[in-house]
Amino acid sequence: MASIPPQRRVALFVTCLVDLFRPSVGFAAVKLLEQAGYVVDVPEAQTCCGQPAYNSGDRADSIDIARNTIAAFEPYEYIVAPSGSCSGMLRCHYPELLADDPEWAPRAQAFAARCYELTQFLVEVAGFDAIEVSLKARCTYHDSCSSLREMNVKAQPRRLLGKVKSLELTELGDAEACCGFGGTFCVKFPDISNNMVERKTADIVATGADHLLAGDLGCLMNIAGKLQRQGSSIKVRHVAEVLAGMTEEPAIGEAE
Amino acid sequence: MFQPSSNAFSEKSTEAIADPQLQEALSVLRVQSIPNRSKAAANLPEFESLRDRARDLKNHILGHLDQYLLQFEAQVQASGGEVHWCADAETARQTVLKLCREAEAKTVTKGKTMIGEEIGINDFLAENGIEPVETDLGEYIIQLRHETPSHIIGPALHVTKRQVEETFRKSHSDLPASRSLEEPSALMAEARAKLRDRYFEADVGITGANFLIAETGSTVIVTNEGNGDLTQTLPKMHIVLASIEKVVPTLEDAMTLLRVLPRSATGQELSVYVTFSTGPRRQTDPDGPKAFHVVLLDNGRSAYLGGPMQEMLRCIRCGACMDHCPVYHSVGGHAYGWVYPGPIGSILTPALVGVANAEPLPNASTLCGRCESVCPVRIPIPKLLRHWREEEFARAITPAVQRSGLRFWAWFAKRPALYRFAARWAARVLHWKAGGRGRFKSLPLAGGWTRHRDLPVPQGKTFHDQWRARKASR
Repeated sequence: MASIPPQRRVALFVTCLVDLFRPSVGFAAVKLLEQAGYVVDVPEAQTCCGQPAYNSGDRADSIDIARNTIAAFEPYEYIVAPSGSCSGMLRCHYPELLADDPEWAPRAQAFAARCYELTQFLVEVAGFDAIEVSLKARCTYHDSCSSLREMNVKAQPRRLLGKVKSLELTELGDAEACCGFGGTFCVKFPDISNNMVERKTADIVATGADHLLAGDLGCLMNIAGKLQRQGSSIKVRHVAEVLAGMTEEPAIGEAE
Repeated sequence: MFQPSSNAFSEKSTEAIADPQLQEALSVLRVQSIPNRSKAAANLPEFESLRDRARDLKNHILGHLDQYLLQFEAQVQASGGEVHWCADAETARQTVLKLCREAEAKTVTKGKTMIGEEIGINDFLAENGIEPVETDLGEYIIQLRHETPSHIIGPALHVTKRQVEETFRKSHSDLPASRSLEEPSALMAEARAKLRDRYFEADVGITGANFLIAETGSTVIVTNEGNGDLTQTLPKMHIVLASIEKVVPTLEDAMTLLRVLPRSATGQELSVYVTFSTGPRRQTDPDGPKAFHVVLLDNGRSAYLGGPMQEMLRCIRCGACMDHCPVYHSVGGHAYGWVYPGPIGSILTPALVGVANAEPLPNASTLCGRCESVCPVRIPIPKLLRHWREEEFARAITPAVQRSGLRFWAWFAKRPALYRFAARWAARVLHWKAGGRGRFKSLPLAGGWTRHRDLPVPQGKTFHDQWRARKASR
């Protein structure tokens, strides 16, 4: 292992939701990164990116978590997360959190510059698009707010999905609208969150798609949970599962 | 100034969501406002760079506010007008009342002014025997309905056309009941006819200001109905209500902001009227007021200059942030409980009425960032919302249950081995409890989630456990 050059090595930031709810997304990410020619490591000392604390105003805890995460991932040339939200936290918000700390500010900056969302890394860094899977499905894609506005991820997943045989992609109406998840927002303001996800599922149903894909498990769980409560049969999956050809796994919220 | 009821945000938002007429009225934002702004921005190649210029200009102004306000005052005086410096809402109210009494006013016509709302001028004048008459169509509608504005540029956004018709039939009972008010143009014509006499009766006209120009002492308003012009030209006194951050150095600078304001607000290249007022009527002027007064309100703003919240004072009140806000789309403006709703309101309200009086507002956002992506002066709204959240957390204004829950979670998140252990058991227990089902319909302690949606069941073993097993087997 020691002979692998650092630029062929990637550290996977699993994300707490993938770790707990849907490990298959993590393994799909590993498979894609390996297909792209990288060796994947999963640093032991990672937990969550700290967004629940950061977005709730708990700055002290967020800073502690940020330092732990940076220390755990610092040896790696590339840090990749199957999430726009978590990679956005690592790339955009860690430098802000540690800006006033003379020791940690430069470390946070250097770390942030090496953090990527999965599809972004595959397209922009790895130059990988040798997707050789097929899925006979009519899909629509939900851009998570952080992918779209923090990580500038929009074309990358579409480009990769364009390589999946038999997959047809239809765009959502008002595609830039939030799905209403918002981390702790969805339980602090359940009625508003519900109203927002109802608008999103109406837009999804209006496309006529049989699959809803996205790159963030938070949005996916929110949307899947609502579609299923509404009795819809639309299947909900993380984009990595489709790109890695791992669609034998039951879709989100479906029984084995 | 009406008392903030922002702490009742959750209850009011639940009511708002259950109100079908409000929901119908709010749908215009997604159907019209967003596409209109998007088209207007796309049609101007330099729009994005203009946003940068507008941001830089406002930053420069906020760094030299004292200088430009003094220059503005000197120019107003030179043109025969007067500037009244008001530290707070009460001083501003008393100043307006004193001026109205000087003019022996019985009736005051009003153009749209959010500062008027901020100081509660209508109720105050009415209590003192002076009748305020709103002349902006939206403001006129809500005045008849005894409501407050729900949007900073569309005060009656929450009202459907059908409700306007009902209101007019009830309030204009002197008109024949058989008249047709089906068409919006008929409603407009009726309001216009009703207001026409009021313009001539008025002794004082009160307007707001979109800009105050330091080099000329002019005030500028941006309107689409022409009501502002009649309001300020016909009575013998014109009072302008404006807050301190409205000043711009030059006419050229006002033009820079005018290139982004209507496009962001209504999707128009320019509003129908842009009216410049410089002092009272001169000898050669065919018309205009005999007296010209500018009531300049601080009301707590200057305390934020030079600090981390200063960026909120760049706001030019276009309303694009609320037009694009998914929370505003759900609840409308009244749920926010004070003068300024939506994303900018969730920043301004805590600043102007106190964080403890507006605890839910900074939290009532998914931080989706769509507001920032359309703000013509690039206010980093999510960052400023987080700033208030941090202050609430630091001052223990955040509800105790949330604080302790968060600290408990963070204690684990800082200890990877324990976190791993807790995640392993949570995944196992939930998976076992589901008994082969793919999702929970309800789950203890997860009611906030499962009230409205199912919760997917964890696949079983955590990623980290599976990864360790995979490594061991290789």
